Amino acid sequence: MVPLWMYLLVAAGLFSIGMYGVLARRNAIAILMSIELMLNAANINLVAFWRYNQPAQVGGQVFAAFVFVVAAAEVAVGLALIINIYRQRRSVVADDVDLLKW
Amino acid sequence: MFEVPSLSDLNVGATLPVTLLALGACVLLVVDLFIPRERKSITAWLTAIGIGVSLVFSLLSLSGAVEFGSGELAFSDMYRADRLTDTINVAALITALLGVMVAYDYLERTRLQRGEYYILLMFSAAGAMLMGAANDLVIVFIALELLSIPLYILSGFRRPQEASEESAMKYFLLGAFASGFLIYGIALIYGATGTTNLPEVWDAVAGVVAEDSAAKFLVMIGAGLVLAGLGFKVAAVPFHMWTPDVYQGAPTPVVAYMSVAAKIGGFAALVRVFGMGLSTFVLESGAPAAWQDTIWLVAVLTMLLGNVVAIVQSDLKRLLAYSTIAHAGYILIAVAAAGTAGLEDTAAQAVVIYLIAYAFTNAGAFAVITAMEKDDASNTSLDALRGLASRCPWLAAAMAVFMLSLTGIPLTAGFVGKWFVFKVALQADLVAAAVVGVLTSAVSAYYYLRVVWMMYFEEGEGDAATPPALAWAIGVAAVGTLVLGALPYLLSDMAREITLAFGG
Repeated sequence: MVPLWMYLLVAAGLFSIGMYGVLARRNAIAILMSIELMLNAANINLVAFWRYNQPAQVGGQVFAAFVFVVAAAEVAVGLALIINIYRQRRSVVADDVDLLKW
Repeated sequence: MFEVPSLSDLNVGATLPVTLLALGACVLLVVDLFIPRERKSITAWLTAIGIGVSLVFSLLSLSGAVEFGSGELAFSDMYRADRLTDTINVAALITALLGVMVAYDYLERTRLQRGEYYILLMFSAAGAMLMGAANDLVIVFIALELLSIPLYILSGFRRPQEASEESAMKYFLLGAFASGFLIYGIALIYGATGTTNLPEVWDAVAGVVAEDSAAKFLVMIGAGLVLAGLGFKVAAVPFHMWTPDVYQGAPTPVVAYMSVAAKIGGFAALVRVFGMGLSTFVLESGAPAAWQDTIWLVAVLTMLLGNVVAIVQSDLKRLLAYSTIAHAGYILIAVAAAGTAGLEDTAAQAVVIYLIAYAFTNAGAFAVITAMEKDDASNTSLDALRGLASRCPWLAAAMAVFMLSLTGIPLTAGFVGKWFVFKVALQADLVAAAVVGVLTSAVSAYYYLRVVWMMYFEEGEGDAATPPALAWAIGVAAVGTLVLGALPYLLSDMAREITLAFGG
């Protein structure tokens, strides 16, 4: 069987890519996608830990399902906010959104 | 394999305040559709009644007059209805009520009167209450999102005004980023301990540390990531960058509500996770919990940055935004003190006392700015304060009370909060943090008292409008600030019996 640490490594890599994306990308949609990567990295962790440590319980799996739901709600709100900005300024690049001092 | 719990096992009664509020918000969501646009005051009233009913139940539960449900735990150990839950409920509901009162006339005059505002506010209040009641890391996460997502929308409520939209987008992107940290941290703690239930985590962490296993590092990283996620919510340095922008751009009544509600929720969760779940994370026997040093360092940085940068601000909303950062630092000292064995309960009490004092004061201060603000969101600079006292003496007096309370002058609620925080810091041997706290409080007097000075002793065109609901909100907040300050035992009696539960 694939050992646990491999899953954790993939998750950590995904999380780091997501974090890099949030910090380096300037497009709001790309930032949103990077955040999704981070959430899914956590999901991999949850499910892997559940499968290897606690297969008799459902805790980790249920938690992962909750994360999906919350992520979906977050994206729904986030895209609405980004579309709002786009209608006003014809741009979703974070650097152009600079009315307030950053 | 898995049993379906019966309704009586769920102990719904114990969760009555928050379930009532959440159900009320759901019902109102439908009812609001049938209320015509020009009569949205009905929605506002219904919201206020819903919050009021929930507040009455919380107070009854707090006073011990009525025993709701059987026992502390509800919903299969997910929800804990103890003294901390009750006090956090009261704080969150008072804030929500003030939030509705502050918002009503503002929404009317800026043509934003839509029912969603009140409903979103109810949902986020329910999120703050759930964070105080969390007995499981799952609830911490879901409650955090229930608190945050409505706040993202509320910050952008004044569309198509650009500043409001921009603040909403910044708040959303950084907030979602922070929840990524939180959930990853929770996943690591789950991996190390095999459970998400906080009392079980408490048990398991003690074992993990004793065995000296690699899982120790998982808990360490996990705790750090959770601290980052929650630190973002309460605007602790270095996760504070969003605060000034969001508070400046968002509609002022929203800021009056969210600057307090997000802190109540965030600190309640910090106390639950660190004070209750991870307090056994002690690397050397006899030493305080391993996270204590980190938290008090964050607290010191937060106090320094918040207070120093606030000095140079020229916009009142921005100034108060930095002031909220500074106050997060003071409360964090108390959270850090929870790391010393035996002080968890006292620290939790100090946090609650500070939060309630802060709720009245800060919501009141932003309510005054709401009164000053013109319909086009201008007139919130410091200069707009000049001569306010001669034109609106009562408003200026209330603002002076709030500023004195934020400084921490005796006989105001802010002093009581700081007193308990610094006391527990000294008990926990965090002398450096307490000293920085006192010194930065002295620094903060400069910019708070400058506000008072400008209102009373400088000539200008300062003007404000206080319609009835707003005037009531400011009045209630000012009276609350003074009463809690003059009679400090009200707060300390309320908080005295707060204990954090340990062990499975």
